[in-house]
Amino acid sequence: MKDNNTARKLVLGKKKMGMDNRRSRFGNGLVIFLLLLLGAFMAFPLYYTLIQSLKPSEELFQFPPRLYVLRPTMDHYGELFQLMSNMWVPFSRYLFNTMFVTLAGTLFHVIFAGMAAYPLAKHSFPGRDALFAVILLGLMFVGQVTFLPGFIIIARLNMLNTYWAYICPSIGASLGLFLIKQFIEQLPDALLEAARIDGTSEWRVYFQIVLPNIKPATLTVFIFQFVNIWNGLSKDVVYDEQLKVVKVALEQISASNAYARMGSGMAGSVLLMIPPIVVFILMQRNVVETMTFAGMKD
Amino acid sequence: MEINKKSKSRLLTYFRAHGTSWLMMLPYLLFFITFTILPVAASVILSFTDYDMVQKPIFVGLENYFQIFLNDEYFIVALKNTLIFAIIIGPASYVICFLIAWMINELKPLPRALVTALFYIPTIVGAAGWSVWRLIFSSDQYGLINGFLMKWGLVNEPIGWLADEAYIMPVLIIVQLWMSMGISFLTFIAGFQNVDKTLYEAGMMDGVKNRFQELWYITIPAMANQMIFAIVMQIVNCFAVGEVSSVLAGLPSTGYAGETIVTHIMDYGNLRYEFGYACAMGVVLVVMMQYSKKFATWLIGKMGH
Repeated sequence: MKDNNTARKLVLGKKKMGMDNRRSRFGNGLVIFLLLLLGAFMAFPLYYTLIQSLKPSEELFQFPPRLYVLRPTMDHYGELFQLMSNMWVPFSRYLFNTMFVTLAGTLFHVIFAGMAAYPLAKHSFPGRDALFAVILLGLMFVGQVTFLPGFIIIARLNMLNTYWAYICPSIGASLGLFLIKQFIEQLPDALLEAARIDGTSEWRVYFQIVLPNIKPATLTVFIFQFVNIWNGLSKDVVYDEQLKVVKVALEQISASNAYARMGSGMAGSVLLMIPPIVVFILMQRNVVETMTFAGMKD
Repeated sequence: MEINKKSKSRLLTYFRAHGTSWLMMLPYLLFFITFTILPVAASVILSFTDYDMVQKPIFVGLENYFQIFLNDEYFIVALKNTLIFAIIIGPASYVICFLIAWMINELKPLPRALVTALFYIPTIVGAAGWSVWRLIFSSDQYGLINGFLMKWGLVNEPIGWLADEAYIMPVLIIVQLWMSMGISFLTFIAGFQNVDKTLYEAGMMDGVKNRFQELWYITIPAMANQMIFAIVMQIVNCFAVGEVSSVLAGLPSTGYAGETIVTHIMDYGNLRYEFGYACAMGVVLVVMMQYSKKFATWLIGKMGH
């Protein structure tokens, strides 16, 4: 008996050594070196934006440019707020517009896409697969390609220059529905059957059983959608200053005098980057869990 | 009459059985059809017309398509550049994402989360993030790269990174690479964490010798579905490059050196009001995306077998 055990341990030990052999020290060094190199490439532009926003003006136009800041200052941020408070539309209005549009677009998308994903994942009806194939095809119909007819449609629906022009197109996106559907598919059928036997309607099955169980997916779609709307709002469909969003307002400030306002432009960039980064970091774990089920079979 | 009744009752039974399903999908489908499908359908229809948004569209048959391929030298440039993005950035960023995800898979959760955030953040910060490249590659001596090249005496005159035809594409490729790691990277991270660990042990028994063999024979086939999803997202990314080029290099860029199909569509749609022609280019782009997806899926199916 004892011999048997030691023999097993030996085998296990050998296996472990085998593992270590396959992961050689040279390999590890190479991996770490490559990772640092690429990490620096990824981080540098973000770092440089931050540094530039903190440089006093005389350091901004210095030859040769410096990779660090000698006397960091918040002047550009102050200047930015000054500029914004002097605009004839108060900055709080831009902020409200952005928040309202982003949240409304995101919430409606998550609610509607979730509701549509449930039958696509768990009901079987003729036409389901064809419909899902069309939705998958929709992944490729991105705004950059169809912005012209998209503009005409918004104009025809009398949505030009309203919040709806921002909100509605984002609700009908494909990616969110796809991710939620894949996530629902792996929920055990037994969970749903138990409720159905009690005579619960499909609506209640969805809201009481499915919805609480797909939180990671809905949060992930929330992030993707939030980020998309935050970054993607087009200035073409809304031209009333009262209805514009922070991103467009900041772009107008830095575009109006690119050189003299380089510092405040950089400060604006830093501020614009904060919300997507915060949202992503808060919800990162859910994203990874959701992407686990994002597989596609052709 | 009899047939009509029959089909009516069939419709009724279908609705009785599946009405709830359709009702649940209805709100989403309304938005999906109006804002995702309809624009593409409208593109296809308008692509056969001459339309300036003021007068009624005039049917011109295939003329726009002939124009695109036979009579528009800058479309050929745009096509070439778009294909360069697709052929260089698509696979490069895909392979880099895959390798990094593979490398950091064995890290502890906290460093893994940090590296994930680092590689994903450039994708989500949008124009606020990538506009700094304009400073880095600025064409005067205050540009970061020019500043250092001149300080070290490698060049005497500042290089017009975003103004000189020879440099525009390489610079755009670097910027695009920086911002295109996002979603496929996340997918791979998730995929690696989900590969069945017993497969590796089984692989060792079958004589897998090093980590590259492990990757090729075990991990890749196990992650094929995630890889297809990532490639679809990557294809969409590469073929839709446009805003980066128009903001960094200008619209149009010097000698159209940075022109892509999307900037060409912007040019004809927003500046020249030739909507029919612009829509035809959009249709060509969507068809190209679809066939690239088919090709890439086929390629992944071949891997590791």
